[in-house]
Amino acid sequence: MSARRIFAQPARYAAIAPYLWMVLFFLVPFGFVLKISLSQTAIAQPPYVPLFDFSEGWAAIKAAFAQLSLDNFKLLVSDSLYISSYLRSLVVAVTSTLILLLIGYPIAYGMARLPQRWQAIAMMLVIVPFWTSFLIRIYAWINILQHDGLLNKVLLALHLVSTPVVWLSTDTAMYIGIVYSYLPFMILPLYATLARMESSLLEAASDLGASPLRSFWLVTFPLSLPGVGAGALLCFIPIVGEFVIPDLLAGSSSMMIGQTLWLEFFTNKDWPVAAAAAVALLVLLVPPLLLYDRLQRRTLGGAN
Amino acid sequence: MGRKANRLSPFNITALALGMAFLYLPIVILVIYSFNDSRLVTVWGGWSLRWYREFFNDRAMLDAAWMSLRVAAVSATIATLLGTLAAVGLVRGERFRGRSLLSGMLYAPLVMPEVISGLSLLLLFVALNAERGFWTVTIAHTTLTMCFVTVVVQSRLASLDRSLEEAAMDLGCDPVQAFLRVTLPLIIPAIAAGWMLAFTLSLDDVVIASFTTGPGSATLPIRIYSEVRLGVKPEINAICTMVIALIAVIIVIASLVSKLSSSEAKSAAPL
Repeated sequence: MSARRIFAQPARYAAIAPYLWMVLFFLVPFGFVLKISLSQTAIAQPPYVPLFDFSEGWAAIKAAFAQLSLDNFKLLVSDSLYISSYLRSLVVAVTSTLILLLIGYPIAYGMARLPQRWQAIAMMLVIVPFWTSFLIRIYAWINILQHDGLLNKVLLALHLVSTPVVWLSTDTAMYIGIVYSYLPFMILPLYATLARMESSLLEAASDLGASPLRSFWLVTFPLSLPGVGAGALLCFIPIVGEFVIPDLLAGSSSMMIGQTLWLEFFTNKDWPVAAAAAVALLVLLVPPLLLYDRLQRRTLGGAN
Repeated sequence: MGRKANRLSPFNITALALGMAFLYLPIVILVIYSFNDSRLVTVWGGWSLRWYREFFNDRAMLDAAWMSLRVAAVSATIATLLGTLAAVGLVRGERFRGRSLLSGMLYAPLVMPEVISGLSLLLLFVALNAERGFWTVTIAHTTLTMCFVTVVVQSRLASLDRSLEEAAMDLGCDPVQAFLRVTLPLIIPAIAAGWMLAFTLSLDDVVIASFTTGPGSATLPIRIYSEVRLGVKPEINAICTMVIALIAVIIVIASLVSKLSSSEAKSAAPL
């Protein structure tokens, strides 16, 4: 038996503890979300009717299944509040992902063309904001965007506007916040594919008479599509469920699904509806999650 | 010559400069304004440490900061332990039953919206009748951050030459000894980086902590968040600057550790 084989056995045992942890604290909780999304709202502590109690045995479980109700889901599809917050989440996520792509691509492209030594520094500079607190970075923008904040002062001084512009509590502020927070997630996968690209391909294109713009469109861009896909999904998925940014920067007239879930849970204390919203959000995210997983596998497979 | 195709154009340089300015200017402005003497956040009243003194007299804020530091330290430590074990199992365990479920469970939280993770953990804690406070937040943060630790350690482990472990075992080590004496010293920098990443992520989280904490045990981000909703306060600028300083120290240590280990690896290579 090779040493590699002997090593594999204890390595598998090492995975037991994290395995149990993730089953207990990641997988099982989803079961609870599903269960509570199917139960009735109640004015109680906790505020839902328990579906079943395992101690009462099989008969109780069978009785409970008879009581399962899809009322919360019916509410989700019939109430315009929920439908509009779903749509808004999708629109915001798609729009922000497109903006992120437009801003992130030129930056990643510039990084990939830097001399080798500078590339490491540039990458470090992109990663550092990811380490700095997300909440603090949003707060920094509130400072800048407020009524007599720096942005309005600069705009007034340059005579670009005559009265201060209202930035806070607008969609513009929300998009600025989202783009600012997620930019590193877009840049890094893009940079990873662009930096790996063979420069000889571009040289060949230019030797064959292609203009730089043409060779970009015909060679660089198609080859960077895996990075585009990874970056777009890495941004799109969490943005759909974003709560803090729209809550602090956007107006209160329309909400994203994460805000609706929060409101149902903390303000209305309607846990079953909040759980149903979570299930619906999860269903919405399954296709992009699967797509992301496939992309990751293919990239990893290619690297091996 | 083909060199031309690979040169930085003015467009590239502009994109880089604007991108970096966009990423860093807001933070720089925040830091500068934290030293502002004026009560009005937007008027410059000269340099002062007034708002830092204010923070150190703010009992509720100090309690929240202490709670956050404890949660971050404990959850990062457990997460590093579990995440490293998971990485070892995934990279060195070859194929085993349930491997893809494990990697799926470890990758999903990386992109899962925090409202879902927070709500689902809270429902579990309620069902278990657990008292909400320090430990529930710590468990929640461990669950999230161990996934990041796994990714960091996993990539380091995958790039490691297996023949080193095999040589150690040929020389008579059992697998556990081979791991402790050969593999572990080589992946220590990644483990350290994983711990620091877990620590900063925990220090940053507001959504999951809001769901899983109980009355009377708010974390620092929860306090900051509720203050920020009411508007900008100079004291918050000061607190944010201190958090940024703490994280900067962590980043510097992390990069020194990785630099140290890479130069060690280089000097060891010729042997």
